[in-house]
Amino acid sequence: MKFERYEWLAITIMISLFIFVGFIQGWSVSLVILNMCIISAIMTMGVNISWGYAGVINFGVMGFLAMGGLAAVLVSYPPIAESWQAGGRGLGISFALLVLLVIAVMYINKTIIQKRNRYILNSLIIFFGILIIRHFYLNATHNIEDVNPAIAGFLGGLGLPIIFSWIVGGLFAAGVAFVIGKVALGLRSDYLAIVTLGISEIVVSVLKHEEWLSRGVKNVMGLKRPVPYEIDLQNADWFINLVAYLNSSKLNNIIDLSDRQQVLNNLIIDGSGIFVKLSYAILFLIVMLIIFYFANKAQLSPWGRMMRAIRDNETAANAMGKDVVKQHLIIFVIGAAIVGVAGAMLVTLDGLFTPSGYRPLRFTFIIWIMVIVGGSGNNLGAIFGGFVIWFSWIEAAPLTTFIINQFTAGLEPTNALKLHLLNSVPYFRYLFMGLILLLILRYRPKGIIPEKVRHS
Amino acid sequence: MIDVLNSIIVLLNFIIIPGISYGSQLALGALGVTFVYAILRFANFAHGEIMSFGAMITILFTWFFQSQNIGLGILPTALLALPVGIIATIILCIISDKFVFQYYRYQKSVPVVLAMVSIGVMFVINAIIRIIIGTETIKFSDGQKFIMKAKQFKVMTGLNEGLALKSSQVITILITILLLTFTFWFLQKTKTGKSMRAFSDNEDLALLSGINPDRVVFTTWIIVGVLACVAGTLYGLDKSYKPIIYLNLVLPIFASAIVGGIGSPFGAVVGGYIIAFSEIMVTYAYKKFFVYLLPSSIEPTGLVQLLSTDYKFAVSFSILVIVLLIRPSGIFKGRVL
Repeated sequence: MKFERYEWLAITIMISLFIFVGFIQGWSVSLVILNMCIISAIMTMGVNISWGYAGVINFGVMGFLAMGGLAAVLVSYPPIAESWQAGGRGLGISFALLVLLVIAVMYINKTIIQKRNRYILNSLIIFFGILIIRHFYLNATHNIEDVNPAIAGFLGGLGLPIIFSWIVGGLFAAGVAFVIGKVALGLRSDYLAIVTLGISEIVVSVLKHEEWLSRGVKNVMGLKRPVPYEIDLQNADWFINLVAYLNSSKLNNIIDLSDRQQVLNNLIIDGSGIFVKLSYAILFLIVMLIIFYFANKAQLSPWGRMMRAIRDNETAANAMGKDVVKQHLIIFVIGAAIVGVAGAMLVTLDGLFTPSGYRPLRFTFIIWIMVIVGGSGNNLGAIFGGFVIWFSWIEAAPLTTFIINQFTAGLEPTNALKLHLLNSVPYFRYLFMGLILLLILRYRPKGIIPEKVRHS
Repeated sequence: MIDVLNSIIVLLNFIIIPGISYGSQLALGALGVTFVYAILRFANFAHGEIMSFGAMITILFTWFFQSQNIGLGILPTALLALPVGIIATIILCIISDKFVFQYYRYQKSVPVVLAMVSIGVMFVINAIIRIIIGTETIKFSDGQKFIMKAKQFKVMTGLNEGLALKSSQVITILITILLLTFTFWFLQKTKTGKSMRAFSDNEDLALLSGINPDRVVFTTWIIVGVLACVAGTLYGLDKSYKPIIYLNLVLPIFASAIVGGIGSPFGAVVGGYIIAFSEIMVTYAYKKFFVYLLPSSIEPTGLVQLLSTDYKFAVSFSILVIVLLIRPSGIFKGRVL
């Protein structure tokens, strides 16, 4: 694909921002921001696909991210045999019963035509079914949570490399999105926003409180990494040689041997951190580029054209024989799946799963600001929005501190107002985000890199 | 007989009174959301933060009055500061309308864009609140805390179960009754109220018959400001003030408004109570209740709790989804979504 000149400019800005931070605050900081930027960009692309292509709103970003995170735990954590022994059977029974219940309800809906009888029968069977299921389920989960609660207390996962979870996370999120879409996609867009927001809260509260599944608020720590550990790198000969080679000119200037060893050791410690972050960045970048490639392909395909048609005039598209409901569901699920991939990547990067960390402000609304600021309907815009907004989210604090210090330079260091302002530096980022969103919506409603109008 | 009385007291103490006061807070909030929806035609995500802002100003002035030793005796000082909070909230609403929402109204933007804009406003107000007052939990109720303590009640009636009545609950209920009566009187009887209803019903027709849209919008923001500030303050008075909570409160409020039928003021009030009661009833452990009613041989062993309290929040949303599926226009025929 070809980029316009302003798009090249945007890419250049993104890259130079990181180089700038690299020189000012150090490469480690720069790479940390870069990694989160890439993940944010993937989330943004996910939202952008459903919102920008088809106008389907998705405020459930947080829930899909959490599903991705759950996938990371379930795929990579080693299985805990004791827990399976303690509660596996009970869980199996309750799950089977649940399936039976659903089948029974579907059967009733199909066979009994009289509305009143159907309601009565349905509510009866659901009530008693849930009572029975609860019995098995509560026993089983209780047993599981009792197994070594300090470090385990949950079923564990499959013990596979965590990188698989990126795909599984997408599938998990897609599954949840399918259910939500079936239920809610008929609603008008602002209601859909509220409903998806609410369902994402429900998803997170389930993850928080079902301890047998992922330890709930007790968090899962120590997930395996897809990249080497710093400590292994520091002892690996090839890495030491590499660092020595890269810094040979600097090292050769030091004559004293013990000094040189000292400097080399420091370089190795710094270098191992940077190496790990760089490997993450490369992995994430590959995923991002793959998604970017396919998202663009899809947008330019006849399918993408149909999506734009549905977005711009639903009635007309419907009249042309396009199945609007089905396409809405498809694109909602695809968008959610990409968000799920990003969720799994997020947990991979952190190495821990903290359900209580999923807050709508941070994981839904910020992502939406990224989409709006970057330019909905344009994938490069989405990436740009993800990068710029995450970058300003992180760099807002140092910037605010600087500004406050400038403005209050005349005041004494113990001045109450100055201290209060400096204490509330972390909250200024919300102010910036809100202002950026309002300004963009007002003066550039199509985003910084707007969607290209295509007449094909 | 005594057992039956005891069980009723249990219900009163743990479900009905908390339900009514929480429901009143939700109802006032939902009424504000519904007003914005009916007149300005968008879902206002910033409503929770507006409530929080009102509560914050009230708290600041409560502190001020407390430092000046001005109080209301047994009533909380916050009641004295409430009018100041209301005025500040109204000013906030009008400023946000002038600088932000008005532009999109004149542009005739689609509701989703306005909802996005309200998210921007939400961020800004959120930041202002946190910058001014921080994120700590603040308790600002003073005066007499209980009208009736559980122990007093036990002594008075000789029953096993106590009935506690917090003054914040009574204040909440009284103020809600007052405010709701006034709002409905205003909507039904005054000329401005009637023009507001006409505007909400059919904008073009209202404009044709000479109703000034700016005036209607202005009045709406005043009402929304009053309702939001009172709801926010009462919630903070009853539980405790915490800036983060109000963002979470937005969702039950939306649920109430939609369940009742968005755009219908009466529906919003009913929706508020429905959501509040279902949240409390589904997550309450009924063991104590059944212990009094059933003979000891078939007494329940478990807690007899439908869902653990962790899922309080999920309840309101499940109800919302069910209502949207069965009756998309809400219980009291609001707009069809």
